[in-house]
Amino acid sequence: MLIFFLALTGFEIHGSLNFFGFEQAVTFHNTAAIIFLVLIGLAIFWHFTTGEWRQYLPTRQHLRAQIEYYITGIFRNAPHPTKKTALTKLNPLQRLVYLALKILVIPVMVFSGLLYMFYRYPQSAGIQSLNIESLGSIAILHTAGAFVLISFIIAHVYLITTGHSPTSNLKAMITGYEVIEVEKTISSDNVIEATK
Amino acid sequence: MKRFIIPMLTIAIIALIFIATITKKEVEPTPLSELKTQFKKEKPSVDHSKFSQLKRTFGKPQDVTAACIDCHNERHTEVMKSSHWNWEREEYIEGRGIRYIGKKNILNNFCIGINTNEQSCNKCHIGYGWGDKNFDFTNANNVDCLACHDNSETYMKKSSGAGMPDLSVDLAFVAQRVGRPTKSNCGTCHFFGGGGNNVKHGDLEKALFDTHRDVDVHMGTDGGNLDCVDCHKTEKHQMLGKVYSLSSMNRNRSTCEQCHTETPHANSVINEHTVKVACQTCHIPEYAKVNSTKLAWDWSTAGKLKNGEPYEIFDSLGNITYATIKGTFTWGRNVQPEYIWFNGTASHYLTGDAISADSPIQMNTLHGSYDDPDSKIIPVKVHRAIQPYDPINKFVVQPKTYANKKGEGGFWKDFDWNSSIQHGMDYVGLPYSGQYTFAKTEMYWPINHMVSPKAKTVQCNECHTQKNSRIANLKDFYIPGRDQNAAVEMFGFGTIILSLIGVSVHAVIRIISKKKN
Repeated sequence: MLIFFLALTGFEIHGSLNFFGFEQAVTFHNTAAIIFLVLIGLAIFWHFTTGEWRQYLPTRQHLRAQIEYYITGIFRNAPHPTKKTALTKLNPLQRLVYLALKILVIPVMVFSGLLYMFYRYPQSAGIQSLNIESLGSIAILHTAGAFVLISFIIAHVYLITTGHSPTSNLKAMITGYEVIEVEKTISSDNVIEATK
Repeated sequence: MKRFIIPMLTIAIIALIFIATITKKEVEPTPLSELKTQFKKEKPSVDHSKFSQLKRTFGKPQDVTAACIDCHNERHTEVMKSSHWNWEREEYIEGRGIRYIGKKNILNNFCIGINTNEQSCNKCHIGYGWGDKNFDFTNANNVDCLACHDNSETYMKKSSGAGMPDLSVDLAFVAQRVGRPTKSNCGTCHFFGGGGNNVKHGDLEKALFDTHRDVDVHMGTDGGNLDCVDCHKTEKHQMLGKVYSLSSMNRNRSTCEQCHTETPHANSVINEHTVKVACQTCHIPEYAKVNSTKLAWDWSTAGKLKNGEPYEIFDSLGNITYATIKGTFTWGRNVQPEYIWFNGTASHYLTGDAISADSPIQMNTLHGSYDDPDSKIIPVKVHRAIQPYDPINKFVVQPKTYANKKGEGGFWKDFDWNSSIQHGMDYVGLPYSGQYTFAKTEMYWPINHMVSPKAKTVQCNECHTQKNSRIANLKDFYIPGRDQNAAVEMFGFGTIILSLIGVSVHAVIRIISKKKN
């Protein structure tokens, strides 16, 4: 929800949409951004206290198999090449993409976003090392990140439907819980996932 | 139970932040009644009508000044140091060094300049008798105290009288009713510069003598009801504020911040705008709100006669659109300002500067850019003109326009450019080639008055928009909503479209293959 809201208000500020009105869009975007930051903070905290961050360690094992599955196997009704367990909830492709998202796209968005909000302070205080010539570079980076995120969401939402039934992954994504075939319920309340 | 703790905490924090944002405190504006007591007009402690020195008849206005100096025996020295008296200031101009500049040697693109025209122009000088170069600036009795201090509303200067009072003025009556300057003292000259109401400034005109807060929140009688000198504070006859048609340095300015502080808004995002945007930019959405102001002046059409006589043409609003003596005018009402970067310093075309007329000659240049930390975006009126120019010497020329009677070389009587320019240039001591053309010129007038009420402030999307942004001409920086990077846009929408296509193709193949199996 939050990410859709950020996208909506963000693209209104960008000038692509007209929905809330510019002033409201800015206020909403900034508020949502702060909430999102808190959420990211909590997610990071959760990842480390529970050790779930290991889920995102990339592996080349089965990577090729997973890619082949999406390209050809899925059409032949072939089985998923990787089994989900409590320790490997994510397939190798997911690991790679989510990791890239978490260490690249999200930090870029967070830092460019924070600079966007606060770049004037170093400038007006005359702090040379932080003196940013213009909002332009920050804004362009932030916009580019937004486009990447949206593309990710499109693929992400689509791939939900590739579960055992079109809705089974959706349920897992929203509630954070998934019954895995080993007949063991795992608490996987991934906060970031839950909000997407 | 444990599994609920984190989601619960998250929800609690989100809720708290929401409550905090929604209930953020509003800055209460000071009530009008309180402001009115703050700027209450004090009853003066002196009643000049009771002074025996003033209960007499005055033969000439200089005698009134002498009577003033009798009691206020050092005030004239303050006045004689002021730009109101000297019509020039010592200024440092970038690239030119220290110069004495003012109406004495600066040309404009309205009536052009005072030299040879002192009889007429210097009606607005706070002195008596500045009719030519020989005026004695050291004679204290020539100071006109009454122009600024008359509170009887009966004092006026004689038309083309070189600053002498009109013959109808009862000098003793006025002298007994002097006091703090009111709007009418200042407005008599400052609202009528350039030969008529609101001709020059656009934001200073006779409507301000008695107006509503919709026109000007500060001067409106139902608003602050302020006098000019409430903001243009004066100490020892040196006034705060000046206009950049004549001055060059960033000093002695009368600013909004002097009362309102630099960050007067409740919304911090709007407060941050004040780093780069002047108050006036948002708070003066338009100028010339009541009567029209002159936007363009074409001298090249002047001199046409009808049946051998000069004539004038008026538009439906009563503005002169053509006058034989001055040429063709374009007027505007409710005008949206143009916007420029300004750091408080300016340079000027000074009489005798040789300059090419290939592009419009800048009569004054207001300095500034996005990269300059002292610059802010300000609203300006740009007055565009076509005025006489010597193409050989490359001078914007000083013509003699005013004359008492025909044959003295004044354009307004003889309609002969050659002789009028010759007279003017001889007077200022510069050569004239004997040839004249007309050159395009531009002059910049910062807009500072006619501040609108809060509800009429410029809205975010009047600038932050791709189409018709108010600041569309300021291209040296990025603002959200107006600017986009073409490459990023193409990459972005490209990626989104490719993802959508990829996803749909994938889905279609899946559906087809599922049916087959």
